[in-house]
Amino acid sequence: MSGASALFSAAFVAASIRMAVPLGFAALGGLLSERSGVPNIALEGVLLGSSFGAVAVHVATGSPTLGLLGGVLVGALFGAVHAGLVVRARVDAIVSGLALNLIAFGGTRALMRALYHSSANSPNVRGFSLFGVEGASASHALLRAVLDPTTWLFVALSASVAWAIDRSWVGLWIRASGDDPRSAYASSVPVSQVRFWSVVVGCAITGLGGVSLAFEQHQFQSGMSGGRGFIALAAVIVGGWRPLRAVAACFVFAVLDAMGFVLQDAGGTLPQLFSALPYLGTLVVLVLFAKKGAFSAPAGLGQSPDE
Amino acid sequence: MTGRSVDRALAVSLGLLSTYVVFCLVVFAYGESPRSVVAELAGGTWGSTYGIGQVVFKATPLLFAGIAVDVGLRAKLFNVGAEGQIAVASLAVAIVGASLPTGCPRALAWMACFIVAAASGAAWAAPPAFLRARRGVHEVLTTVLMNRVAETLLSLALASGLALAGTTRTRDVIDAAKLPRLEALSSGFRGSSASLSVGIAVVTAFAVAFAFEKTRARELWLVGESPTAAAAAKIPVATRISQALLLSGAIAGLASTATVLGYKGYFELGLGAGAGFGGLAVAMIGRGSVMGLVLAALFFGTLEQGGLVVNAHVPREVMSVLEGVAIVLVAVAEKKLSRPRDAEAEIAK
Repeated sequence: MSGASALFSAAFVAASIRMAVPLGFAALGGLLSERSGVPNIALEGVLLGSSFGAVAVHVATGSPTLGLLGGVLVGALFGAVHAGLVVRARVDAIVSGLALNLIAFGGTRALMRALYHSSANSPNVRGFSLFGVEGASASHALLRAVLDPTTWLFVALSASVAWAIDRSWVGLWIRASGDDPRSAYASSVPVSQVRFWSVVVGCAITGLGGVSLAFEQHQFQSGMSGGRGFIALAAVIVGGWRPLRAVAACFVFAVLDAMGFVLQDAGGTLPQLFSALPYLGTLVVLVLFAKKGAFSAPAGLGQSPDE
Repeated sequence: MTGRSVDRALAVSLGLLSTYVVFCLVVFAYGESPRSVVAELAGGTWGSTYGIGQVVFKATPLLFAGIAVDVGLRAKLFNVGAEGQIAVASLAVAIVGASLPTGCPRALAWMACFIVAAASGAAWAAPPAFLRARRGVHEVLTTVLMNRVAETLLSLALASGLALAGTTRTRDVIDAAKLPRLEALSSGFRGSSASLSVGIAVVTAFAVAFAFEKTRARELWLVGESPTAAAAAKIPVATRISQALLLSGAIAGLASTATVLGYKGYFELGLGAGAGFGGLAVAMIGRGSVMGLVLAALFFGTLEQGGLVVNAHVPREVMSVLEGVAIVLVAVAEKKLSRPRDAEAEIAK
């Protein structure tokens, strides 16, 4: 198959959707946290930890649903630690995020060795398989990607997060805490609680991204998040901290990612070059579109109400 | 010592003490006796001159990366890209070192290699520096992306002709470019891979500290503390931010002197991997002082070497978890200790 025709195949569309879902979950989660005023570079570690949690629970119980819950729980746990450190103990959010990423990377490897006697790969898991779509062809893959429960969950969550941030009173509190924490605090918005729970819920949503990543690969691999947490963060920035725009940006990055995959499979001269595509593409998009002031970060990002 | 540095020393000790407790708990969870594992770890590192040499060897790239991150932190910039900067610089040094003429005098070969190391590290930090200074994109994000690009481009470069056929390593650098091992100075270090590069690292640490005391580099502190105040004081904020990140990248690039010139004599995939991230931990704990950075690098060097020693009992991956735990606990201790002073300031208002 030549490179050009590979780009317009069902396999390519399926790969794009499969790549967009984990990115999108992570972007929604990061956005929730950042809109409340807490920078969250721990997304990478959350994706990794929740992928591992989902696989570990799935392997132990044989149930993908329990695996999903396990992944979400690990995500929420990471969120609680990040929020506890940043909101309560006032540790710098970048420091906390970097440390959590380190802990997630080393911790999943150490646990893999303890549980499965390999620090690289876990046993295989089934993931969700609804409606008995089992075929190996590209159109089956596309059908599976569309019918996957995590894909539906993603669509539903994108709509609800977008609605909640823009239209609900919870969203108003979150935006107030992020844009101007002191005024929010003065108007008796419980800024610390709002931030704590935004981070926890955000990381739980990011955890869903980890779950979809692990179930899509049917196993856990060391370092499998592969920088997706940071690409999701770039999507939040390029999307101007608006949920639907961030999700749209995720689709663009996912297409780059899928292009890398498909072109790599198609062979050609420089297959390695294509695996750098999502990162290079993200950097180029940032250079082109992240003009100072064109998109605004929440004004109170990283500030405390009593500073 | 000023009150502030006493506070920091106390915070670091408290944080590391709690990290030690966590370590013992983890060892216990693996069904081993903390006492014997710690004894084995200490014996395998500081118990012999060979062990000490190995700790110094592991600590050298960590110290370079730690200084690099520290330079950024002085302007409140987080250079998470040391990992990629080291990798790119290592490849560049290996190639330049191998293509120098064999009769090249030592001083010239070293000078060429050091310049290439610093320049290529800085070059890899340039896109994030530009994006941060001119576009306001957070450097953590862009430096991480640059790490990823480095990873794939290096394997691409090695696969497309830079490596010896059938391997993932480059040609040997010429003998004149290699840095002497410490074992040449004292037979006690025999067998360990520590090289003169550690001296270069310490000199770099002092040079940076001096620059931040006596030169324009002082302005970085104000740039980090309050960009608006810095701009009002006619400091070119964007320029200073780029300079800080470029300098940080250059220093990170020098870590290749420890791995390529002091250890292997060539570059291969994965050489020096992890030092860039370890440097974050070093800088978080030792930041702002030469002594602090050196001690922190030795501490994490001990953990790395010790991780290999006790690998049979406790997986060495636990050590990178401990790095993260140490960062968090020291940061928490620091905040807790500075809290009362904040309260006093509050009352004084």
